[in-house]
Amino acid sequence: MNNKQNWIDQRFPLTKVWNEHLAEYYTPRNFNFWYFFGSLAILVLVMQLVTGIFLTMHFKPDSAQAFASVEYIMRDVEWGWLMRYLHSTGASAFFVVIYLHMYRGLLYGSYKAPRELIWILGMVLYIALLAEAFMGYVLPWGQMSFWGAQVIISLFGSVPVIGPDLLVWILGDYAVGDPVLNRFFSLHVVALPLILVVLVFLHIVALHAVGSNNPDGIEIKKNKDKNGIPKDGIPFHPYYSVKDIMGVVAFLMIFCAVVFFAPAMNGYFLENANFVLANPLKTPDHIAPLWYLTPFYSVLRAIPPMFGSQFPGVVGMFAALLILIALPWLDRSPVKSIRYRSAPYKWALGTFVVSFIMLGWLGMQPVNELNAFLARLFTILYFAFFILMPWYTSIGKTKEVPERTTE
Amino acid sequence: MSEQTIDLKKRRFLTQAKLEMQFKSLPSKTPMSEQTIDLKKRRFLTQATSVVGAVGVSFVAWPFVSTWKPSARAKAAGAPIDVDISKLETGQLVRVLWRKKPVWIFRRGAEANAALSSPELEALLADPSSTGNSKSQQPAYAKNTHRTIEGNKEVAVIVGVCTHLGCSPTYRPEPGAADLGGESWKGGFYCPCHGSKFDLAGRVYAGVPAPTNLVIPPYHFVSDTLIRIGVDPAA
Repeated sequence: MNNKQNWIDQRFPLTKVWNEHLAEYYTPRNFNFWYFFGSLAILVLVMQLVTGIFLTMHFKPDSAQAFASVEYIMRDVEWGWLMRYLHSTGASAFFVVIYLHMYRGLLYGSYKAPRELIWILGMVLYIALLAEAFMGYVLPWGQMSFWGAQVIISLFGSVPVIGPDLLVWILGDYAVGDPVLNRFFSLHVVALPLILVVLVFLHIVALHAVGSNNPDGIEIKKNKDKNGIPKDGIPFHPYYSVKDIMGVVAFLMIFCAVVFFAPAMNGYFLENANFVLANPLKTPDHIAPLWYLTPFYSVLRAIPPMFGSQFPGVVGMFAALLILIALPWLDRSPVKSIRYRSAPYKWALGTFVVSFIMLGWLGMQPVNELNAFLARLFTILYFAFFILMPWYTSIGKTKEVPERTTE
Repeated sequence: MSEQTIDLKKRRFLTQAKLEMQFKSLPSKTPMSEQTIDLKKRRFLTQATSVVGAVGVSFVAWPFVSTWKPSARAKAAGAPIDVDISKLETGQLVRVLWRKKPVWIFRRGAEANAALSSPELEALLADPSSTGNSKSQQPAYAKNTHRTIEGNKEVAVIVGVCTHLGCSPTYRPEPGAADLGGESWKGGFYCPCHGSKFDLAGRVYAGVPAPTNLVIPPYHFVSDTLIRIGVDPAA
């Protein structure tokens, strides 16, 4: 055994990588519930890749055959329904996990120096994931696939000057049709998964270079014993690898319950209108994107057209997404964790969470005067969280951060 | 680790010295003293090579980008279509696909037609005369109150694609519909996606997400009962 290991180690840094990233990778000892979601995100990614590979074996990326091939997978392919429900539920589960993972970052200031790059890579991952999910939803070519694609692609048509040409270029045609389905299929199964995997790799490399943050927001590397091991650190393997397995078990219990008992989740994971074949002559009476896109969709709807163009709404929507990247530089607070933050920050974070959830809910509702007013109100509050951040993180009294982790 | 900062000046000096040593060890025809390294020249060559390389990359990228443009087949599919309206009743609307977009053809009653020019309705619209933001949303011959070709004001031909984000609005011709604002609703089209409203000539209401009136396609009457969509009338 040892000989074999030597043989490999002389040719590939196996033991070195194992030690650096698992057995001798020191992680803060005080991780809590919020630290499950990074490893769960990797679990879901792998699950999506595997189920996706098997779905691709039966799916036809052709507007005349796509819808029927999905029904074929559901009815005629043995266990095809399971592959599809694992994949469709996996998409929503991915966003549940990612939103909780990102919220953890907000709670404990994980985006603050020296972890800005981890945050930026994570944000790019999130945006790539949104694109991946959107394109995946177009593939079954139901009514929601078609009209969702129509609305989202039309956003690019509103860009001043180049908009109309850009739109035709994306469509590969003069309306949503077969070329879009075909190219989205290619991007969904080849290009974006590759990008996602590479970004996840970079995200983890950056994380392991600086080390994890923790619920106290303390740098454990500042406090090392005589062997150079952080006093508040424990090796990732076996301590956190085992802890994460517990998270996986709990997650899979909930996940499987949804897959087996409520795969459409009452229209939230698979919308009712998407069980009808795409019809370019008739928009469904009520259309809304899937739940994970609705906060941004609300921002889009909240901003009225200006100068005969609805481009401002589109800019607003993308700004709502991209402004998150600036977080590390907007936050002026001397402490990281919510445990030691000042009162104004706690209020601001609370308002932000309420705004995000309300925008998400409003994005699923039909437009009326009250909803339009609320969407505008919460859009303003959403942006205020970021724009006012340099101010409210520099006022108020923060608590003293302890030298060592507290649990 | 922090004390071991890298002295870049020293490193650059050592690198250059090393390179010079290598140079000097080469059998050469030129005298020793002329064999110093011209860093300026080296930087120029690096930059010039990079620029040429970037140009090359963009040339190679062009075919890849171009594959996304409409193919010859997609372009050829935009042929005009003929629609028989002999059975079109007053108030009835038919939908046809033209260039893969829904086109509505519907017959307005005399009352609905007269209501299009009422000041009460025009006050609700963003651009009732199609001269503002909507000036290029119709062919010149349809730039009128009814947004139809001269000679047949009753039969309207409109591309049924919302100018906001491309949904297809629903046909709601009944004036006073309670869910669309009651008294202020004069009949028209309502977009279920984002709540944009249009009148029966496809003119957009003010204060809705859609910025412009609906598009009128080029069309003409081949005969009293046959409409050709996609071709302007012969001048």
